[in-house]
Amino acid sequence: MIKLKKFGLGLIISLFLSLAANADQIKIGTEGAYPPWNSKDASGNLIGFEVDLAKELCKIMKHDCTIVEQDWDGMIPALMSRKFDAIMAGMSITDERKKKINFSQGYADEVASLAVMKGSKNEGLSTLSAVNLSEISADEQATLDVLTKAFKGKTIGVQTATIHQNFLESGLMGDVKVRTYKTQDEVNLDLTAGRIDAALAAAVAFSDYAEKSGKAVVLTGPTFAGGDFGNGVGVGIRKSDQKLINDFNAAIDKARDEGIISKLAIKHFGFDASM
Amino acid sequence: MDIELMINSFPKLLIATITTLKLLSLSLFFGLFIGLLFAIMRLSNNIFLNKFSYCYSYVFRGTPLLVQIFIIYFGLGQIEYLRSTIFWIILREPYWCAIIAFSLNTGAYTSEILRSAFQTIKPGFIEAGKSLGIPKKIIFYKIQIPIAIKQSLPAYGNEIILMLKGTSLASTVTLMDLTGVAKYIISTTFSPIEVFIVAGGIYLFMTFIVHNLIKLLEKKFGYQI
Repeated sequence: MIKLKKFGLGLIISLFLSLAANADQIKIGTEGAYPPWNSKDASGNLIGFEVDLAKELCKIMKHDCTIVEQDWDGMIPALMSRKFDAIMAGMSITDERKKKINFSQGYADEVASLAVMKGSKNEGLSTLSAVNLSEISADEQATLDVLTKAFKGKTIGVQTATIHQNFLESGLMGDVKVRTYKTQDEVNLDLTAGRIDAALAAAVAFSDYAEKSGKAVVLTGPTFAGGDFGNGVGVGIRKSDQKLINDFNAAIDKARDEGIISKLAIKHFGFDASM
Repeated sequence: MDIELMINSFPKLLIATITTLKLLSLSLFFGLFIGLLFAIMRLSNNIFLNKFSYCYSYVFRGTPLLVQIFIIYFGLGQIEYLRSTIFWIILREPYWCAIIAFSLNTGAYTSEILRSAFQTIKPGFIEAGKSLGIPKKIIFYKIQIPIAIKQSLPAYGNEIILMLKGTSLASTVTLMDLTGVAKYIISTTFSPIEVFIVAGGIYLFMTFIVHNLIKLLEKKFGYQI
């Protein structure tokens, strides 16, 4: 009986100890399905730019971090219901999301682009190479008009709850049919299958897919930034966790100064996307 | 709790319910024919037909509906040869892919329900018909089918309810059914509880209707045998 009591006491103590150890531990949520930002290797380990960056930032912050997986469409609700403490999932900083959560400063730039299959009528459209939607100039408007005409009535696939979906639904590209998918993988599959006429996502998501799958997916039209596309990718954090935001901001500053972000960006994207 | 969001999302979800009901009714319609066909095959003495029907029901009852939809939608879409055939007109559309998957799935369950209903008919009824000189066809339509319907109603009612909830998987292949629209609203408002409660309430109400409809039919066919 005494033995049992001792065992019970030990259990309780170890429980408290583990709780105490948890105090400095944070959980970071990522999707694990948006290469090269974040994805999984063949044996199911999380890999990618943000997984590497998260580890570096945690080292700087001296936090004990675990990176957990979460489906994209439940990312913000999961953060709010405390399944994890921070989001690093290629999530752009937008006003719409800021209504519910806060963001750290941006750590990387993401530009979006349309993609079609090689041989499509809309391959190689003559447009500007980049459009910033924050202030639309006359030239940029002309580019949007070209796109509006080229994709009138066409079906464009996007991942659900993304800046890309918001942009297509904003009407800036006119009358397009938007089809939403749970993951970017599924968008890529249906683009290749020909079920959708085009797709919109981060430009690197398409080039990564084209390279790895060998499918003839090509970018077309301009790259997009600003406006609905937000201002870079940052760490999503609950509004009540001001301290954690400060920690991340300081860590991102340090990582940028030391060239860690640039190095990781070049490793995963092939160019310096740090900001 | 954001009551305003619940009230605002209700009409949108109600419109999406039409898609859900369309998916359900079409799948049940095709599924009933598939089920009847395979039940008859299962009862036949032809070993090939019998085994084929057995395998069909074994495969479709033994794998998750989600996997079936994914194979039909994403899987078949990857076969390049198929994309150049006439089947692609149908398989290109997520709507028909979902209907095919649902019909084949409910067809498998329906065939089992009907088979067991036919098998529980006491041989005495059929023998009585035969001894009165009634043709075999008439015995099938006038004696076996009505008894089988009565026998299978409770189980089939269950199947309808399962299928109603199964249609929510249509949202995984980009269809905007009740669940699809609920997820869409959540993706812009980030408030899953409110929206899913309303969507769940609509499902519950539909189940309530189906349940009572089946009860009514059970009463109607509830003569003693």
